[in-house]
Amino acid sequence: MNAFFGGIVGGLRHIGKLTIDGVWRLGFITRFLFALLLASGQSVRRIHLTIRELYFSGVLSLLIIIVSGLFVGLVLGLQGYDILQRYGSADAVGVMVALSLLRELGPVIAALLFASRAGSAITAEIGLMKATEQLKAMDMMAVNPIARVVAPRFWGGVLSMPLLAALFSAMGIFGGWLITVVVIGVDDGAFWSQMQAAVEFEYDVMNGVIKSFVFGAVVSLIAVFEGYDCEPTAEGVSRAITRTVVTSALAILALDFVLTSFMFRGQ
Amino acid sequence: MITAEHGAPLVSLRDVRFAYGERSVLRGIDLSVHRGQVVAIMGGSGCGKTTLLRLIGGQLKASSGVVEVDGRDVGKMGRSDLYAMRRRMGMLFQFGALFTDISVFDNVAFPLREHTNLPPSMISDLVLMKLQAVGLRGAASLRPGELSGGMARRVALARAVALDPMLILYDEPFAGLDPISLGIVGQLIRRLNDALGASSVMVTHDVHESLEIVDYIYFVSEGRIVAQGTPDEIRASSDPFVHQFVNAEADGPVPFHYPAPPIDSLLQGVRP
Repeated sequence: MNAFFGGIVGGLRHIGKLTIDGVWRLGFITRFLFALLLASGQSVRRIHLTIRELYFSGVLSLLIIIVSGLFVGLVLGLQGYDILQRYGSADAVGVMVALSLLRELGPVIAALLFASRAGSAITAEIGLMKATEQLKAMDMMAVNPIARVVAPRFWGGVLSMPLLAALFSAMGIFGGWLITVVVIGVDDGAFWSQMQAAVEFEYDVMNGVIKSFVFGAVVSLIAVFEGYDCEPTAEGVSRAITRTVVTSALAILALDFVLTSFMFRGQ
Repeated sequence: MITAEHGAPLVSLRDVRFAYGERSVLRGIDLSVHRGQVVAIMGGSGCGKTTLLRLIGGQLKASSGVVEVDGRDVGKMGRSDLYAMRRRMGMLFQFGALFTDISVFDNVAFPLREHTNLPPSMISDLVLMKLQAVGLRGAASLRPGELSGGMARRVALARAVALDPMLILYDEPFAGLDPISLGIVGQLIRRLNDALGASSVMVTHDVHESLEIVDYIYFVSEGRIVAQGTPDEIRASSDPFVHQFVNAEADGPVPFHYPAPPIDSLLQGVRP
């Protein structure tokens, strides 16, 4: 009996510890965000630092974004045509492809790819700088590492994410057009004109842009935080990279639900 | 070599205590570094000597006692005062801590570019002079990854003195170096200190190299200063700790065994 209660108490204690640790971490990441925002002046004044990061997280992610966008569009086109032609509305395939990409798949998949391509690289870089005492060395040279290393990477990520998502959607729509119009033979004019009529700029496009902006900020924050906070060993860095990818993916999907429930309620 | 007192010390620690949470690391340290001196702090691994260096650099704050650098209490400084002080301070990290994504030249130029508005041509001249001083002007365009351990340490040294600091801190400058590099780095520490009119504090456990180049030595064990003196006094010391350290004996005041119950109790089947 004692062992039974002991087990329950142990279990409760474990849950309590996890909760307290979680709250601690949340508080820490919030303080970190404020420190980051306060130290962001340099990212603007010395814009070349931010542009460099924009190159690393944006330009170097182009290939994976373009190729994935194209394939997602091809698949959407095929599936959309297959379903819609049963109801005799194969012409609407353009609308379906465009709306699914602009509202959901563009921001979400681009953010997931961004987290695994650029987010993990940012965590690894900052984590290794910490492990090799480069951040400490910078601090001892009276250079604030949050302003010099963390903030430009954060802003580079925040700025490149909406651009990557837009590119992803554009490539997807191109892929959908390629498979349905060029290969299957859906009417070209119907494909584009129905899309033009059905897609609203503010409701569909801008909401998607807001989503991708939020995802970019969250993924970049998680990536720089995990790198900065990691245990300064090889094992610690590898765990931090894993956490970046896993936490980012969960955060993207959960936030997508929250944002969608506010944005798209049927007009 | 400067051994006598020269006015107020540049660095002085008075009754400094430090603890990580419950674990006491330093217990009542008194230490001073006079202008122009090279001072070594020696002791076994984990005795608290690196903590001492971090207290002087303001990376950690003492639990009690006073850490003064150039007459100002480091423990009471805010971030901007701390950064103002660190601009006049150079630090060499254990493995150099060079920025691996930029060249040797850019590493040495880093503090100059961050803290001065000098034109590029002058920064270039200054960087090449510092690299010349450590004998690596020819390596300016290499990446840190292409350097040997000793070369990386010398580049880091050039970076540490880029702003002509008043105080240079060295964290294990000899760790992991071959005998030739070790001699070179040792000589550089002395020469740069004297040429710049700076003062140096060096944390190390390399007794023989240190005895050649320093003015004064403090021995730290279990968070206290257990012995101190000039190199000649240390060589002649009959203190058992100094004797064990200088002669690298396995057992002595610093025990070979980690504290454990007597071996007899184990043999009688009593488990800890």
